[in-house]
Amino acid sequence: MEELVNITIDNQNISVPKGTTILEAAKKAGIDIPTLCFLKDINEVGDCRMCIVKVEGRRGFATSCIQKVEEGMVINTHFPEVTEARRVVLDLILSNHDKSCLTCTRMGNCELQDLAVKFGMQDIEFEGERKECEIDNLSPSIVRNPNKCVLCRRCVATCKNIQKIGAIASGNRGFDSNITTANNKSLMDTNCVFCGQCIEACPTNALCEKENIEDVLEKLKDPEKHVVVQTAPAVRVALGEEFGMPIGTNVTGKMVTALKMLGFDKIFDTNTGADFTIMEEANEFVERFKENDNIPMITSCCPAWVRYIEINYPELVPHLSSCKSPHEMLGSLIKTYYAKKEKIDPEKIYVVSVMPCIAKKYERQRKELSNTNLFDVDCVITTRELARMIKQANIKFDKLESSEFDNPLGISTGAAAIFGTTGGVMEAALRTAQDIITGENLEKIDFTQVRGEKGIKKAIVNIGGKDIKVVAASGLGNAQKIMEEIKSGKADYQFVEIMACPGGCIMGGGQPIKSSKIRAEVDVRKLRADAIYSIDETSTIRKSHENPALKKVYEEYLESPSSYRAEKLLHTTYNNQR
Amino acid sequence: MKTLEEINKIRTKKRKELELRVNTKLDTREKHILVCHGTGCTSSKSSEILENFKKIIKEKGIKNVRVIKTGCFGLCAKGPIVIIRPEDTFYAMVKPEDCEEIIQTHIVEGNKVERLLCKDIDGKIVNSLDELNFYKKQKRIALKNCGVINPEDIDEYIAFDGYLALEKVLKNMTQDEVIQEIKDSGLRGRGGAGFPTGQKWELTKKVEAEQKYVVCNADEGDPGAFMDRSILEGDPHCVIEAMIIAGYSIGASKGYIYVRAEYPIAVKRFQIAINQARDYGILGKNIFESGFDFDIEIRLGAGAFVCGEETALLESIEGRRGHPRVKPPYPAQSGLWGKPTLINNVETYANITKIILNGANWYNQIGTEKSKGTKVFALGGNVNNIGLVEVPMGTTLREIVYDIGGGIPNNREFKAAQTGGPSGGCIPKEHLDTPIDYESLKEIGSMMGSGGLIVMDDTKCMVSLAKFYLDFTVSESCGKCTPCRIGTKRMHEILEKICDGNGEEEDLQRLEKLALNIKESSVCGLGQSAPNPVLSTLRYFNDEYKEHVIDKKCRSAECKNLTQIEIEKDKCKGCGICQRNCPVNAIEGEAREVRVINQDKCIKCGTCLTKCPFKAIK
Amino acid sequence: MSENKKRTCSDKMIEDFMNKLFEIYLPEKDNLIQILNEVQEEYGYIPELAQKKISEYLKISMAEIYGVITFYSRFTLEPKGKYTISVCLGTACFVKGSQKILDRLQERLKIEPGQTTEDGMFSIDKTRCVGACGLAPVFTVNGEVYGKATVKELDEVLDKLLEK
Repeated sequence: MEELVNITIDNQNISVPKGTTILEAAKKAGIDIPTLCFLKDINEVGDCRMCIVKVEGRRGFATSCIQKVEEGMVINTHFPEVTEARRVVLDLILSNHDKSCLTCTRMGNCELQDLAVKFGMQDIEFEGERKECEIDNLSPSIVRNPNKCVLCRRCVATCKNIQKIGAIASGNRGFDSNITTANNKSLMDTNCVFCGQCIEACPTNALCEKENIEDVLEKLKDPEKHVVVQTAPAVRVALGEEFGMPIGTNVTGKMVTALKMLGFDKIFDTNTGADFTIMEEANEFVERFKENDNIPMITSCCPAWVRYIEINYPELVPHLSSCKSPHEMLGSLIKTYYAKKEKIDPEKIYVVSVMPCIAKKYERQRKELSNTNLFDVDCVITTRELARMIKQANIKFDKLESSEFDNPLGISTGAAAIFGTTGGVMEAALRTAQDIITGENLEKIDFTQVRGEKGIKKAIVNIGGKDIKVVAASGLGNAQKIMEEIKSGKADYQFVEIMACPGGCIMGGGQPIKSSKIRAEVDVRKLRADAIYSIDETSTIRKSHENPALKKVYEEYLESPSSYRAEKLLHTTYNNQR
Repeated sequence: MKTLEEINKIRTKKRKELELRVNTKLDTREKHILVCHGTGCTSSKSSEILENFKKIIKEKGIKNVRVIKTGCFGLCAKGPIVIIRPEDTFYAMVKPEDCEEIIQTHIVEGNKVERLLCKDIDGKIVNSLDELNFYKKQKRIALKNCGVINPEDIDEYIAFDGYLALEKVLKNMTQDEVIQEIKDSGLRGRGGAGFPTGQKWELTKKVEAEQKYVVCNADEGDPGAFMDRSILEGDPHCVIEAMIIAGYSIGASKGYIYVRAEYPIAVKRFQIAINQARDYGILGKNIFESGFDFDIEIRLGAGAFVCGEETALLESIEGRRGHPRVKPPYPAQSGLWGKPTLINNVETYANITKIILNGANWYNQIGTEKSKGTKVFALGGNVNNIGLVEVPMGTTLREIVYDIGGGIPNNREFKAAQTGGPSGGCIPKEHLDTPIDYESLKEIGSMMGSGGLIVMDDTKCMVSLAKFYLDFTVSESCGKCTPCRIGTKRMHEILEKICDGNGEEEDLQRLEKLALNIKESSVCGLGQSAPNPVLSTLRYFNDEYKEHVIDKKCRSAECKNLTQIEIEKDKCKGCGICQRNCPVNAIEGEAREVRVINQDKCIKCGTCLTKCPFKAIK
Repeated sequence: MSENKKRTCSDKMIEDFMNKLFEIYLPEKDNLIQILNEVQEEYGYIPELAQKKISEYLKISMAEIYGVITFYSRFTLEPKGKYTISVCLGTACFVKGSQKILDRLQERLKIEPGQTTEDGMFSIDKTRCVGACGLAPVFTVNGEVYGKATVKELDEVLDKLLEK
């Protein structure tokens, strides 16, 4: 039996489990205490002082987001002195904030703005000095604008405790306090891997993606350019949220329609690219497994992860699969196979990837990812940016009819769909690998051991009488654990899947930003993952190697996995970036 | 390693040797020349004095004379201080070149060096320490050994009952008995808030854990307080002994002392003391064969006032930024690395051994009903006897300022006293007779604090003073919580506006509103008390604030924009002292004529104000 | 008057010094401030290379080390001037007029506390109580104490240093 604690909160007597915070208890009583620095399980520090409440018999205020209820506690959440204190706190934060809300991309989805509305702020009573700080926009992925920062430190906690990177930290003190990189350098020159989890944690616009909408619009206007767009598996289950649809709505068809309306010449599917990745990666694995060549093999489709291993574990880089990531493979094929087939000058093709990710912005400009001086992908925009483009084009997204991706690079399998969630690449690869190894067409294709919410999922899979030890980890903190195991020789995995973002691409740094309140109440990851798995389940083809479009490309162009041409177009190399 | 027996032998032997330190009537041919080596005296070359004495004695081949470095005698204003015992002769403001004369006249010829003898405020020559008014109302418990023993010699500590309390505790007392004794003594934390010490020990003991810690808070941050430093410099072993006793009582085997790196002498002497205690087996395994282990490590602070806050201090020991933690949980439940931790400040520990040896009933006879024992204050500012004083709780402010402190220099008037540093408040004239204890000070809007006591005369502007403290808080705020990070900055901005002559009446209301809210909603003690200097001056010196905002006038001439320095023609005697002392040559006029200040050149530094012998400058 | 130690040093020297420190201090995170104190003492600031070595040794991110350095006022990222003049702004000194000394110092050197003159000659610091309250107001030049100071005396000291 759970031990219960009886409390009185705003004149209501309730019982809540021992260990409940005052904030959670209030929620149960139908009271919505304002918070700002609080981010459940990630940042529970009580810094901002928005959530203060009065506890009878206690000096000062209690910090409701972290302090636990105690038997007989009498709490008041809206005494005039509590409200005034919160109001002063909010006033002070606003006095030190760049209040250019009208020209801010977080307008309407800003926790500070919500508070200002909630408190009916009409003017700032304690206006004063505000430091003008330099904006760091030198990295291809993240823009850091300290003038919008409220010092909640949610980003720092995410970067340090969840991702175990520590690219940003609290710097200086007092009024000069800031969130800073080492020696105040640009993020570009730090150990930041551009996972973008800090952006997802930020309540305001102090951290955001480097926007590339202008670049796309310019190319769409250019009649000389053949602009091709592709969308990642995770985008379709989150884009709808930006238009008020429930979390986990699959909007694939509407998304394709919207892209057509925006004027893209061709709309391809990164899922098709994912099928190619599996084809190459499964074959690579089977080969390397046989030869015991740099086993365990580690997936390489997550660019933040690749940068992480290059910086932190350069000695383990040979374990990475040489496969490019799905959108890079597809980009490469668009500029070669598709260009040749459609007789379009590759130089005139402009490939735009819509990704749930901001590290992809960094990835696409890696010089290893180009062919004959052309980048595989020319521009990456995030789910959020696509939503903005759709809104700016006056499209009523929720009313749109469905459309299909274009051919030939728009046909994909259920295996590709699950790339968007942690464990998905592993499962898709195993589906293909087991058929290659056994030479049969096996019916058991669900590898549920690698599904689910856990950050590290270990399994032993028996294929053709052989046990294969696999592990799928998401979140770089978890990745670090696996790497340490491998480095110290304690682990004997054969196949390792790593995704930098906790939960995989569906929770990527380019996805719609959910407020701390929603994150505390709803399991966003699960809802988006469920949508992904339902796409897989309803697919007619669920193994990558059975994709007819893929088979055709191999027949007509690539010949076979790991052929000379496949190696050249679909594989890459890595660097030590320490 | 020494056995208990050996240590007791050292005590007996050494005590005999050192009897002349405490017995002025002792008939002996020996003489001890004590040279103060507190930070104050050291900065005016007391080390050179010590070396000189040694050199001269050696050269002259004088026997039976020892030169000893000691901790602070307390009367820093008269430093460097040399005391010769057993006769207790007090030489003040000694210079290295005076040593020769002291040796020749005092030691060789047996006469006193009249010109160096300390003079009291009334001009009377003082022959021995006891005659000084400064010492008459003091009672030295925490400072008992300061200025008596050589802090770098464990044997001297042992001679004066050192480590006897530890022996008593380890041999004859249970953990609970020790805690009960401390509880009965009524001792409260000397770091500022005054939490009952025994209760803190009991709470920490009650929490079950395999590992617990004892921490000594020596991060004395109040920028006008130096009690803890003086104790560490003058009697480090008494803190070590108390920490071991605390460790035994709560069940901890490891102690940390967190000291400001800005206290190099204290750090050095404490390290020497730790090493000596380890050599004697007093720190380490199986202390006095009791089966109890304890050791102490020094951790240096690096210049952050907030680290005096206990949870920030813990963060700092753990190697991080000193961001305070939200309480509860308190350190007794979850402290260093999440383990139950007992934190007391230096002065609190300095009382422990005396309580154990003399009993709780001896201790709780001293002081007031709720505040027992004594309190050490660092007396400074506009007062004659600047220095370190230890008085029984309940002594009035007037006694400290006038009887002990010798009153205000230059016949100025007392305006206010400030206790508790940046966390405390100003006490005006009408409260001069307030007995100093935790409750009374709180009642009048100040606080005990760690023990800084700054006296201000009537030339001080209270708005500037409030601004000074806010300036301190702004630069020392850790920046963790909003009210303190931004709020104190805004308060400082308002005060600046007022001092610059741009204040408006509603600024005073805004100031007060902000102050009250910061006090209530900040995370830690620093933020919660930061508004105190403003609130207390608003309360007692409201007229002065009003003058600044309404009349645009600063009566103390400290706020430059609200001041013009002028020479009153009828009072000026034309002596020219002001002219010679003016750093910017802003004072004009011929010899023996009335001088005039050129307002374009004047930087309002106030030098002329203080230099004028006729008070002709306003 | 003593001069601050020469603060230029090669990478090799820093590496050797750090390795020596790592022999004394175990690779435990709580040793960060202790190690930084040693580096500050040795070089008068914390060179970036030292930060990097500490980061690798203690497995603390560079940003976090930077955060600790910028939190504690004793640590600096730039070498100090040849002469560091510190004005005590403890309350005892403030009450006796040390603010005026500081104002004058800033006026003469045209820098703010915490800064160093362009020629690398002078740095100004404000300190909180150097412990010589009996001598208030006090300023120090490279640790040497000047007690019962006046604006005039400060000027004389500065003039003497500038002549050198």
